Amino acid sequence: MAKTYFTEDHEWLRIEGGVATVGITDYAQEQLGDLVFVELPEIGRKLAKGDTAVVVESVKAASDVYAPVDGEITEANGSLSADPSLVNSAATGHGWLWKMKLSNESQLDSLMDEAAYKAHIG
Amino acid sequence: MTGEDTRHLPLEDLHQAAGARFGAFAGWSMPLTYPPGVMKEHLHTREHAGLFDISHMKLFEVGGPGAAALLNRACPLDAGALEISQSKYTFFLNEAAGIIDDLIVTRLGENRFMVVANAGNAVEDEKHLRALATDFDAKVEPLDRVFLAIQGPDAWAALARAGIETGSLLFMHGIEPRQNWFMSRSGYTGEDGFEIGLPEKDARDLIAKLLEDERVQWIGLAARDSLRLEAGLCLHGQDLTPEVDPASAGLMWAIPKEVRAGHFIGADALRSIVERGPSQKRVGLKPDGRQPVRAGAALVDAGGNQAGHVTSGGFGPSTGHPVAMGYVDTALARPGTKLFADVRGTKIPIDVTSLPFTPHRYRKG
Repeated sequence: MAKTYFTEDHEWLRIEGGVATVGITDYAQEQLGDLVFVELPEIGRKLAKGDTAVVVESVKAASDVYAPVDGEITEANGSLSADPSLVNSAATGHGWLWKMKLSNESQLDSLMDEAAYKAHIG
Repeated sequence: MTGEDTRHLPLEDLHQAAGARFGAFAGWSMPLTYPPGVMKEHLHTREHAGLFDISHMKLFEVGGPGAAALLNRACPLDAGALEISQSKYTFFLNEAAGIIDDLIVTRLGENRFMVVANAGNAVEDEKHLRALATDFDAKVEPLDRVFLAIQGPDAWAALARAGIETGSLLFMHGIEPRQNWFMSRSGYTGEDGFEIGLPEKDARDLIAKLLEDERVQWIGLAARDSLRLEAGLCLHGQDLTPEVDPASAGLMWAIPKEVRAGHFIGADALRSIVERGPSQKRVGLKPDGRQPVRAGAALVDAGGNQAGHVTSGGFGPSTGHPVAMGYVDTALARPGTKLFADVRGTKIPIDVTSLPFTPHRYRKG
């Protein structure tokens, strides 16, 4: 059973077999507005928690999306190249951003569950 | 985000009720987007009519026997040659011919003019104009008005439905249709449209009538920016600054030929810039692909040499691709020139292109 975690930076991570699928939350996509471009990461890139993994661009501005934990990129959501608005229409589904193999699963302990995240955004 | 000095629009309650998301701009808390979002708001304006609260901008009335002479000193303008109700896009220049602000001046009467100035420069503009006014028999009066823009192909019909006839008013003309109203056929979107300065109570009545019409929607500052960028219109503070002159900015069309030999502030500096030719020019820029190139990005030529920089950039909802403008070395300003923009270390191919990106649809006659 996959477990979903949330960060204070409004990302979600779904963990399955040591691999996290990462995206931004519905709250985050609403704040950003209509996305027009997603700069996807290279497969195999190693990230430390807090590194910029992806840049999402709205009509007005570019925003960084940070690696929520340490790990290595195993997949990027190529369908966003053709349709970045998937992040707006399905932030927690088809609009996922990348997958990463976790190198330090204990980092998940510091993240929020859905109830805590909902309290965080008020 | 917003400090204690942030100014609030008189109609903020209406924007809140409409579900606006606010952000700071030029010292004001402004509606950035409404629930439809910037993309739909932008397209709605091009297809129907967008209603914008631009009360952050400032209206000044300049009056008196010396009013035209004052404006002719402050701006590269022949104010006395304007017909009554004629508007002119112009600037306040500094002695180096740098653009202090870009403005629209409308002749209201024999000795009365309306000056519409940008929000971020309004305080400086007023100081500047008042200081100059001491040498002329003229008065500068800042007006306390709500300022609305209604833009798009259905703007005139929506106003007509709300009881305001615009039939005889042509692009770049302005009139006073009612007590303390100023209405001009002008805007910042490239579309046909109107800008109306009016008392708050009248504004609330007008807005209520306009919003009964489904062709009319509130449009935020985010779409105002993407609309003006597609239309190739400059934003002061980004595309125009006190370090940029009208020749470099490609805005010499705004200065009548017979005025260029005149005595406006900055005239000598501008003449010498025109004589030797500006070293850089403002151009349109079209990035390859879908990735937007933003203000501040450096431009290089094929050999990697510095070529200029981007001053405005984003995504054009109507063009369906990223759009930008900036300044490049004059030798590289020809449309079709291929350059590269540095975006976070990646070189994005970008073509110099003519402006606007979307054709203007003004009602000129």
